[in-house]
Amino acid sequence: MSVEEKVRNIVAKQLGVGEDEVSNESSFIDDLGADSLDTVELVMSLEEEFDIEISDDEAENILTVQAAIDHINSNTD
Amino acid sequence: MAIDKKLNILKGEIALVTGATRGIGESIADEFAKAGAIVIGTATTKEGAENISKRLSGTDLDGHGIILDVANPEQISEKIRDLKESDLMPSILVNNAGISLENILMRIKKDEWEKVIAINLSSAFYLSKAVIGSMLKNKHGRIINIGSVQGSTGAPGHSHYSAAKAGLIGLTKSLAQEVGSRNITVNTISPGYISTDMTKDIDDAMNKSLLEQIPLNRFGQPIDVAKTALYLASSSGSYITGETINVNGGMNML
Repeated sequence: MSVEEKVRNIVAKQLGVGEDEVSNESSFIDDLGADSLDTVELVMSLEEEFDIEISDDEAENILTVQAAIDHINSNTD
Repeated sequence: MAIDKKLNILKGEIALVTGATRGIGESIADEFAKAGAIVIGTATTKEGAENISKRLSGTDLDGHGIILDVANPEQISEKIRDLKESDLMPSILVNNAGISLENILMRIKKDEWEKVIAINLSSAFYLSKAVIGSMLKNKHGRIINIGSVQGSTGAPGHSHYSAAKAGLIGLTKSLAQEVGSRNITVNTISPGYISTDMTKDIDDAMNKSLLEQIPLNRFGQPIDVAKTALYLASSSGSYITGETINVNGGMNML
């Protein structure tokens, strides 16, 4: 699975939505109904899946699927 | 022959108890270990940590001491990271470490104010923040903050202590509302006058006057608070959250 696919999969699972509802442009809060706990847990899931650490500051800026993908791509080999 | 049935009501839990070398923290750490939890107790010195390890390594007990200055956020991050690497992320956090200093407000210097707030209140924030992630993930957790009757009543000479302890109540309620959906309970226990090092220097006249205010006519023992903590930490306490449980012999019926 590509990074993109993995991210979309994790987002769908965490936010309890169908994968077909998750596009790269989707905003977690505005489009996918995430609350603040959801976004915290989402970041934790991404950290685990990709074995990276995401700081609080970085996490604050990861508000869309694309932002997550970009962050992961620039922080992994 | 007496059958000593171990209740094991905390079996499978990992409890982090701050200030576990003496007083209330010691009693909580011991009770939790006896109830089957793996207990990590904190102390501010190497000797203190070693004493905790010694105490918690009896038959059927599983626990050890670590050194932690709860007023130091970087140290907190570091120690929690260590625990994570040892597969010991706590499912129960008891924010018990505290100090009491005495000065009328007019005489309290900046350092003293900040120290009391840092150790008694900010520590609970930093520690809760460090452990809550894994509790969220596991959809299970218990945070127990040890407050004080003075957090509700105040006391002369204790404006900083009372402010910090009152602060814990607000922190407890807010956090409880934030994380309740993930099966994490957050509660405060407010002890009254408990016989520990923190209260041993009260003079006889004061002691007598205090006793007169306590319907149950005795000072509390650390075990009185520890048993309450045990209740909250176990499944018996699973529907209690955002609560302040007063353990004060009736001295203030709040």
